[in-house]
Amino acid sequence: MGNVLTIIFQRLALGLLTLLIVSVVIFVAVNLLPGDFAQSILGQAATPEAVASIRRDLGLDQPMVTRYFDWLGGALRGDFGSSFARANFASFSGTNSGATTVAEQIAPLFANTMFLAMVTAAIAVPFAIILGILAALYRNSVFDRATNIFTLSSISSPEFFLAYILILFFAVLNPIFPSLSTIFDDMSFSERLEKSMLPALTLTLVVTAHMMRMTRAAIINLLASSYIEMARLKGLSPMRVIVIHALPNALAPIINVIALNLAYLITGVVVVEVVFVYPGIGQLFVDSVKIRDIPVVQACCLIFATAFILLNLTADIMSILSNPRLRHPK
Amino acid sequence: MNGISRRGLLQTGVAAGVLGLSGMPLRAQTRGGKLTAGLGGANTTDSWDGRTHSDIFMIAAAHGTVFDCLTEVAADGSLKGELAESWEASADAKTWTFNLRQGVTFHNGKPFGADDVIASLNMHLGEDSKSAAKPIVEAITEMTKVTDHQIQFTLANGNADFPYLMSDYHILMFPAGQIDEAIANGIGTGLYQVVSFDPGVRFVGRRYDDHYKGDSAGFFDEVEFIAINDNTARMNALMTGQVDTINRIDFKTEALLKANPALRIQEVTGNQHYSFPMLTNTAPYDDVNVRRALKYGINRQEMVDKILLGHGQVGNDTPIGPANQYFAAEMEQLTYDPDQAKYYLQQAGLDSIDIDLSASSAAFEGAVDAAQLFQATASAAGININVVQEPADGYWSNVWLKKPFCACYWSGRATEDWMFSTSYEAGVPWNDSQWDDDDSARFQELLLSARAELDSDKRREQYGEMQQILRDDGGVLIPMFANYVQAVNNRIASPDTIGNLWQMDNARMAERWSVA
Repeated sequence: MGNVLTIIFQRLALGLLTLLIVSVVIFVAVNLLPGDFAQSILGQAATPEAVASIRRDLGLDQPMVTRYFDWLGGALRGDFGSSFARANFASFSGTNSGATTVAEQIAPLFANTMFLAMVTAAIAVPFAIILGILAALYRNSVFDRATNIFTLSSISSPEFFLAYILILFFAVLNPIFPSLSTIFDDMSFSERLEKSMLPALTLTLVVTAHMMRMTRAAIINLLASSYIEMARLKGLSPMRVIVIHALPNALAPIINVIALNLAYLITGVVVVEVVFVYPGIGQLFVDSVKIRDIPVVQACCLIFATAFILLNLTADIMSILSNPRLRHPK
Repeated sequence: MNGISRRGLLQTGVAAGVLGLSGMPLRAQTRGGKLTAGLGGANTTDSWDGRTHSDIFMIAAAHGTVFDCLTEVAADGSLKGELAESWEASADAKTWTFNLRQGVTFHNGKPFGADDVIASLNMHLGEDSKSAAKPIVEAITEMTKVTDHQIQFTLANGNADFPYLMSDYHILMFPAGQIDEAIANGIGTGLYQVVSFDPGVRFVGRRYDDHYKGDSAGFFDEVEFIAINDNTARMNALMTGQVDTINRIDFKTEALLKANPALRIQEVTGNQHYSFPMLTNTAPYDDVNVRRALKYGINRQEMVDKILLGHGQVGNDTPIGPANQYFAAEMEQLTYDPDQAKYYLQQAGLDSIDIDLSASSAAFEGAVDAAQLFQATASAAGININVVQEPADGYWSNVWLKKPFCACYWSGRATEDWMFSTSYEAGVPWNDSQWDDDDSARFQELLLSARAELDSDKRREQYGEMQQILRDDGGVLIPMFANYVQAVNNRIASPDTIGNLWQMDNARMAERWSVA
């Protein structure tokens, strides 16, 4: 077990380094975009004086390096600053009622994103693995082919297209689920679940193919090995052979793919959020890039990067734990 | 006329005609029920602070629902009192006395009076104030509380439109001494009080029981505004019945909504216009004949048909639109005429001319296409337009007011003077054609005299002449006015006249509409 702990620490340290690099890259990239926050937010009203006054208020007139280290210093103390937009509106009105921190602004939206990701995962992961097992069991049958065609065509279609198809069938023609997924604080769990069902189903369609095909391939790969042949010769049923004998040894690659897809559910759902008006973090992220609101962009990117790092780490550890050879190295 | 048989209709038809003449509403509006609106134009930075409002979600929620102004623009464009009952001007339009409504309370129970007006107006002043209404309030040199319900304003210069300016959606009435609390929680004197408000997500309001507008307005028990910024999502929400009404219909899908018998489309032409300003202090646009040549070289009808897909009206190179009081509707319409364009080009001593036109989707949706249409029609008159496609990012700071000829949009203003003094008065920062005193002496003279003129007929004459000057000599091409288009479920009834100053019945659907 000590070995696993070493790996965790190593990977966490590397993860922190990755986060640092991500923050530098994002900061530079946002600064390379034409226009800055002051110009974007003022739009038609961008007179030189107004631009200069906003830049002065928000410290945008400082050199880039100074601004980055100011931000980094704050971030290391756990202070991600205030979003430019909120800070600007607060100075606009001369009151402090609007100046919330980035953390306060992101927290409720991130909770919504996580909720949607979990609902989707709860549907998609079992669905994909069961489909994969069945496809491996009945490989090359009509069922296998049909499953492949269905999942591959859904992963190949753009997300908004899938979303509109689902809206057409489940909201317009047969009003089972609402097409509007705005969720609020005062909603009960079941209401939230109902509202999030269409976005969750859309995302399920998007992520299923990858996981299902990996499950199928990993199992089929093992079916040629001699211990499976042994199990068959013992006279075990094909289902038992696959679920009890093949699946545990195929888990490592499947877990890896699941982790990748879960990370996608947190970071890549902007389009689905827009189509269903789901108040998640993706829309905030896109809006913030549009107005060059660097503190919010940075915080979102760090969350996304952290999600990838942690989920990959979890996947590696689970692979090790699922494999006795790695668990007990010589 | 739901639920009336044909015979019944015949029997009541005469009565209805009489009612129509007397100006009484034909339909009795029912109290009760709920309005759910899906609105684009919401931001996560929204707050109840009127000074920051710029888009329809907050304008509808604050100006149209939770808060009141001193005056209100009715659906037909006339001005009526809201928190002010009446007003009176001195002969030079410099001193205005407003009589405030008595017995009005804020949603927290505080009575409304003159102190609240003074405190609310002072919010817009101060050196750091970035309020869009600052120029309006700055023009007031003195505010005197005469009694608790009478207040006197002294203006730096006479302004006959002053009561109109007090209907501006930025100038909301807040309770004096509790302004911070009112901004945080949304405490106004409006028809509905705040139940919950999630910036950029949702607003829910409940009818305030003893409101001074009584039974004449605010017919719903509850209103809910849901922020839906995506066009398609908004349309889906309406089609599936999750909302009763939506704003900003995508022209391309309007036909689909029209085909749905449960819905109706509301379309009004207001003051929102798309323009091509040229800098009149820069060659070749400093020559009025070149400007005239361009005015005849643009095919306005084609732009309305192809860029707005018919949802608009041709413009006559004046920013005064159908939602303005003194709109010169009878002025002769400029039309596409390459021969005239050629004639004016010759007057300028030219056979042909090469010019650059900067455009970007930041100016308006389809601006680059509009510039290309212009290029095609103008070439027949020897005007060779080179369309320069500018990046949308930084368009307003790098192109507009800087490039000699570019694309632009304006949402328009409620009064002529307000529009002109924002972007046509000599020397103002947003004078996007750089029209100065030398070039437009008569126009500038009329602007000042019409501003202080209280006689409506004289003002109509003066504003008419100004629109004529703009049409003939002005430096801004205004080929089209874009309509406001919104859709409503037939479950909801709306009056026959819909306001055209802003979208959604001047953002007052919570006040004027009712359950059918």
